[in-house]
Parts: sequence; structure tokens; C-alpha cells
Amino acid sequence: MSNKSVFFNPFSKNNPVIVQILGICSVLAVTVKLEPAIVMGLSVIAVLAFSNVIISLIRNTIPTNIRIIVQLVVVAGLVVIVSQLLEAYAYDVSKQLSVFIGLIITNCILMGRLEAFAMANKPWPSFLDGIGNGIGYAIILIIVGFFRELLGSGTLLGIQVVPDCFYEAGYVNNGLMILPPMALVTVACIIWVHRSFNKDLQEK
Amino acid sequence: MDNLNLFIRSIFIDNMIFAYFLGMCSFIAVSKNVKTAFGLGIAVTFMLTITLPINYLLETYVLRSGALTWLSPDFADVDLSFLSLIVFIAVIASMTQLVEMVVEKYAPALYSSLGIFLPLIAVNCAILGGSLFMQQRDFGSVWTAVCAGGGWGIGWLLAITAVAAVRERIAQYSNIPGPLRGVGITFIITALMGIAFMSFLGIKI
Repeated sequence: MSNKSVFFNPFSKNNPVIVQILGICSVLAVTVKLEPAIVMGLSVIAVLAFSNVIISLIRNTIPTNIRIIVQLVVVAGLVVIVSQLLEAYAYDVSKQLSVFIGLIITNCILMGRLEAFAMANKPWPSFLDGIGNGIGYAIILIIVGFFRELLGSGTLLGIQVVPDCFYEAGYVNNGLMILPPMALVTVACIIWVHRSFNKDLQEK
Repeated sequence: MDNLNLFIRSIFIDNMIFAYFLGMCSFIAVSKNVKTAFGLGIAVTFMLTITLPINYLLETYVLRSGALTWLSPDFADVDLSFLSLIVFIAVIASMTQLVEMVVEKYAPALYSSLGIFLPLIAVNCAILGGSLFMQQRDFGSVWTAVCAGGGWGIGWLLAITAVAAVRERIAQYSNIPGPLRGVGITFIITALMGIAFMSFLGIKI
């Protein structure tokens, strides 16, 4: 596989969220507003890229029996760094994300990529794979966050985009979009649209 | 009484799947048939009930700011809470290994029926999520932690078993649009069930 396909495949054809169904928890939980969704996407890209590189560098020295624990420790170390940085420089957002920054450790995308790619490839392709998958994850996060904030609160990044005259004419924000279940339906709609265009992904 | 209330709350209102979406990956992947779903649910319940009190004790006596005063008053301003993520995940991973070995030795029948799920539990977000929620809410005692852990586990078990039952029927009897088949429809089932569970809001015992 060439470096280019390693980097671009996760965007759509092999997207970690809507094709491989990994890392769903955070996609659903942090997307009430667009801003935390973007911050979460960036954090995952950073952790994924660097943990891929580190595991790829030490892949030949890890004993097979304890590889899960080694991977967890590497990821946990990186996540601690990210969460401390967020608390220092973006305190409000880190309060909004609460436990979900910590839960990056158990994000299935990380374990999935480390097991499937970094354990068997050189550092540079692993780095590209990490960035690619992170971006694929962030794209979905941003789409879901965009629709939930637009329809649920009528704002984008905290700025009101639905004009006042709409509200005067009787438009009401859809309160259901803020509640957890609608995140699932939004993701289901994305999967529906994506699979209508990619027929080979449909299940029999 | 408070603990009982917390236990019921953790099962129905603060449900891990329907209110927080934790443990979704394995939830989606394993909810294809009821039997395996139930096995995984039992394993998750077990791990949550064990790891939550252990992590609670670590948090209270080692990690929290000023928690080390029982060693010596000099440690009153030591704050190790930045280590909590690593400590929690290490406890969870090693407990998983330990439980796996014990179950393999003393209950081979249970081991072969849970089999592949046991090691995977270390990376189930519901377990780590439980510990992180415990850290956020100040639980009063170890028993509170046990009750919350058990409640979250049973809530998870309930959710995965219910959704697996619906999926089994749907796979046999319904004609779902091609793009939604499999994963898509599972998301929608979970969403509808989540809306149903919202009717439990406000229960108090």
C-alpha cells in the first residue's frame, strides 16, 4: 500500500467511525456543540499520530503477551499530556469535555490502529496512518457537531446563525437535537448517505 | 437508602449506554445475538463492580490532593491527581488479566463461554468511564462505589441484551433499506430505546 492511500483511505472508503465503527462513544458524547467537537478531533489526531509513531519505533522489542498493556501505557502517557495542556490553555473546553479526554485512552480507534497498523509498519507510514485516521474521525465529529449545534441551539461556535426574524415567524430550536439519542440518529443518517454512495459497503 | 437510590439511578437514569454512550464499540459489535451479548454484559458488570471500589480507595488514599496525610503530615500539599488516568487504566488492565487467570483456573466452563471477551474488557470505555465518573462525583464510601459500579454494569447488561434481542428479530423478519442494514439500524434502535429510557428521569426512592 502506498503512503498516499494509507493517508487518504481513512477519509471516506475506510473511515474509522462510519465504516470500521470504532470510537463511537466520543463521537456521540462531545458533539452537542461544534467547539468541543473540534478540540476533541484535534486531541485525537495528536494522540493517534504520536502513539502510532512510538509503538512503531519499539514494535520489535514488545513481547507479544503484554503488548496491550504496553500500548495502553504509551497512549495513557500521551493522553495525560494532552489533558494537562488543555487544562492549561483551554480550561472552559476541557471542563465541557470532562471525562471524555481521559476516555481517549480506551478509544477503540487507537487500539485498532496500533494493533492493525503500527505493530507491522515503519514509523513514517504509521505517522501518516495516524494523521489520516485522526482526520477521518474529526470529519465525522465536525459534521455531527455542526448539525446538532445548528438545529439544536441555532448557533455555530457560539455565534447565532439563525436570524431573529425566523424566531419571530415562529421557528423553534429542536430541543431533541441536544439530547443524547439524536446523536445516534445523526450518525445513522451519515452512515445511510455514505453507504448509498458506496454500495460495496452495504451489508447483505 | 442513599446507596439503594444510587444503585437504581445508575441502572436506569445514568445508564452507561443510553445516557453516556460508553462502551459503544463493543456494544455495536457484539449485540448480534442475545447469548454472547449476555456473556459480555456479565463480564462488564463483574469488572465494574471490582475495579470501581479499588480505584476509589486509590483515589482517596493516594491520588487526591492531600490524600497522603495518613502517611505523614508533611505530604499535606502533595497532589498526584495528574497520575490518575495511568493508575486507573493500569488497575483495570491488570485486574482483567488477574480475573482471566482466576476464571481460567477455577471455572473453565465460564471461561470458555466468555472466552474472547474477557481480555477485550480492558479497553471497554464503560469501565474506565465508571472510574472517571467516580473521581468527578465525591462518593462517600467504598460501598457507594460498589453500588454505583454494580448499577452501571447491570444497566449496561440490560441495554446490550435488549438491543441484541431486537436485532435478532429484525434480522429475520424485516426488510430494511440496504444502506441502513446492520450498523445503521442498530444506531436507530439504540436511539429509540434511549428515548424510552429518558422516561425514567426523576425516579426517586
